[in-house]
Amino acid sequence: MSVLSVRGLRKSFGGVEAVAGVDFDVTAGEMLALIGPNGAGKTTCFNMLMGQLTPDSGTVSFDGADITGLPPRAIWRRGVGRTFQITATFASMTVAENVKTALMSHRGDLGRFFARATALHKDDAIALLDQVGMADQRDRACGVLAYGDLKRVELAVALANSPRLLLMDEPTAGMAPQERVALMELTRQLARARDIAVLFTEHDMDVVFGQADRVIVLNRGKLIAQGTPPEVRAHKAVRDVYLGAGTTSGGH
Amino acid sequence: MSALVVQFLNGLASASALFLVACGLSIIFGVSRIVNFAHGSFYMLGAYLAWTLTRGLGWVGYGPLGFWGGILIAALIVGLIGVLIELVLLRRIYQAPELFQLLATFGVVLVVQDLAMAIWGAQDLLGPRAPGLRGAFDVMGQRFPEYEMLLILIGPIVLGLLWLLFNRTRWGTLVRAATADREMVAALGVDQRKLFTSVFFVGTFLAALGGGLQLPREPVQLHMDMAIIADAFVVVVVGGMGSVGGAYLAALLIAQLQAFMLLVPDFEIAGLTISIARMTLIPSFLVMAVVLILRPYGLLGKAPSHARTQASVEPVVRATPPILAKLGFASVAAMILLPLIADEYGLMVATEILIFVLMAASLHFMMGPGGMASFGHAAYFGLGAYGAALAAKHFNAPMEAGLVAGPVLAALGGILFGWFCVRLSGVYLAMLTLAFAQIVWSIAFQWVAVTGGDNGVLGVWPSIGKTGFFYLSLAFAVIGVLLLRRAIYSPFGYALRGARDSALRADAIGIDVKRVQWAAFAIAASFAGSAGALFAYFKGSVFPTYAAIPKSVDALMMVLLGGVQTISGPLVGAIVYMGLHEQLVRVTELWRLVLGIAIIALVLAFPQGIAGFAAKRFAKEDGA
Repeated sequence: MSVLSVRGLRKSFGGVEAVAGVDFDVTAGEMLALIGPNGAGKTTCFNMLMGQLTPDSGTVSFDGADITGLPPRAIWRRGVGRTFQITATFASMTVAENVKTALMSHRGDLGRFFARATALHKDDAIALLDQVGMADQRDRACGVLAYGDLKRVELAVALANSPRLLLMDEPTAGMAPQERVALMELTRQLARARDIAVLFTEHDMDVVFGQADRVIVLNRGKLIAQGTPPEVRAHKAVRDVYLGAGTTSGGH
Repeated sequence: MSALVVQFLNGLASASALFLVACGLSIIFGVSRIVNFAHGSFYMLGAYLAWTLTRGLGWVGYGPLGFWGGILIAALIVGLIGVLIELVLLRRIYQAPELFQLLATFGVVLVVQDLAMAIWGAQDLLGPRAPGLRGAFDVMGQRFPEYEMLLILIGPIVLGLLWLLFNRTRWGTLVRAATADREMVAALGVDQRKLFTSVFFVGTFLAALGGGLQLPREPVQLHMDMAIIADAFVVVVVGGMGSVGGAYLAALLIAQLQAFMLLVPDFEIAGLTISIARMTLIPSFLVMAVVLILRPYGLLGKAPSHARTQASVEPVVRATPPILAKLGFASVAAMILLPLIADEYGLMVATEILIFVLMAASLHFMMGPGGMASFGHAAYFGLGAYGAALAAKHFNAPMEAGLVAGPVLAALGGILFGWFCVRLSGVYLAMLTLAFAQIVWSIAFQWVAVTGGDNGVLGVWPSIGKTGFFYLSLAFAVIGVLLLRRAIYSPFGYALRGARDSALRADAIGIDVKRVQWAAFAIAASFAGSAGALFAYFKGSVFPTYAAIPKSVDALMMVLLGGVQTISGPLVGAIVYMGLHEQLVRVTELWRLVLGIAIIALVLAFPQGIAGFAAKRFAKEDGA
């Protein structure tokens, strides 16, 4: 069954229609890649799914409930985790504290003024960090971490509310090639094991065709193709607008 | 009708003067992001120097430079003084945490105040009148001075010249580019240091020019600096930081408002006489509050570019190092024993310091973990003091009740003002807190029937002796600081720090950023309120000055001096600042000069604050 269901999503900036009527679904345990050339509308699309932008029209449903136009925090509370294209973590906190803050938020602790947070959910935080391979760095400040490590911390934070859906905007941007595949393989294992639906955008075609179960292609705000990686790779329209432009439009 | 026209012209003339000062402040902020408290001092210096060059040296007539030459040369000299300060002081601390430069510029304010006092004396100095402009026009039957007419023209002329400078020269293009995106300009290989210095020169020159042009209008005196800086801040914020056109628009708006308010006759509501004409300060700050709420970046301002401009990263809040905890216990123990050795005066000084420790800790709570700098924290200190004093005066409340009423009133103020403030961030938020503080101050000053106005509320005496009151203050300070510290380590404190570090991430993990900040604002206000209530009983009286700008600045100085990043910082800052202040006032007439120099020296020696410096020495740095 589909966890996320998008129908007729539209958004214009001035005269530019960044997203011009997009429909798709993501099902539980599935890795869905959203690809397209720069300016295709991927990030706009993402920001509407997560509530950073309000769509002009169209609906976003999560688990059958309409979540269109809800603020990000409300969407998160329903069980959607997100990572950002440029990592957003709490730089003045340690890796463990970042994860703990998300855990405390998920469990409704944040209104407590005089409780000690130090010991709260410590084991759960370490368990999450263990899954992304960051447990040994748990006491380092996020402000001093390497970029690839920050991406993994973001993943752990995104998993803290036991999400049914993960939204990852260019999860591997800025990482070294071998790191990219490792991170997405990790994501894939976690998605399988916990039956999480994952929607991610990506420029690295090795990652896309190696890790995605299904691929949808966006160009100029419209979906032009969808299917399994081999199907999309063979698709005429995709070759023309995207892959046809040469590999330079893909990697970094 | 003719009265309206004359008032309109008066408004235009005042707008020109205000514009000259404000646009310099705005340009400096736009490029260097420095909130320059010393700008009013340059304005005052411009006026004093112009007085000296045209009249003060005993020359015949206007002297060899003439009237206009005198004003121009004075402005140039002050501009060079500005350059000197930029080179020697500010250049060293551009990399320091945001707002730290403010501390340095405030040191300059203190130094200039005492130097001006020493050089020119305390008496008002009457300036010369402008040559050939001593007459007056006839405006619909009323006299309107020729010099005012000239001022009306000077505003738009300077605006036009600045427009040409910014749009027709390479330098101007660079200034505009740096205002929009400093990092990008640096990345393009532009020498930022030269740019900053030259911008500082232009800004201070304009301020001094504005001061010099005041000579024929009003006597030169020592309070010019603080009188103009509040108005100039309002103009800059209303117009939009870094926008010269906005500054003119805002100066026009505010000067006209102030001019026309004088015409509103007194009226009565429910037995209270309301005199709009005398409430000169409230409207400009109300305008600022309204503009900031409707247009958060001012009339013509733009949202600052962020992403790359993430300022200094705050350090991790770790468990207190054992040595620091021991030090804390030792100092509390020493304080408990203090009444055994200290005389009455010593006890009074210690009590006052304890009260300000609580005040500084409350400001630090919102500034440090909350990331919300307040330029108007005295509002809540004042509300606390008035809450206690008014309960005592009007309801005969005992001290115990007064100590509750104060923080409650302050918390209510914090809830009301905080709701608006958390909608903004950074310097704009700080300016809005200043606006609200000025409104509180004005109400205390002008609602005479309830607050006693300038005469204050007298006879608010504690029900216990001096030693008892010392212990009460000690208990309040220790418990207050421990509660605030506890809150920083609590889940709420995590949410607050998270919201400061990355609002984007906080929102994405279910944290309601505005609500968390609002709560922190109200908490800080209530703790400042208990400090204020204590202070009311300590002094036995309450005056509007408790809510005035200098009190806000004092609190800010304590926090910045100690270091925003550490929890113990504000405590150290309060002790050092209050201690210095207290001792200097006792030993020297020139205490401002010495305090100012001390602040500047501390800023240069400890750009992370005193406690921040100590913390670095104690604890090993994390990772990098």
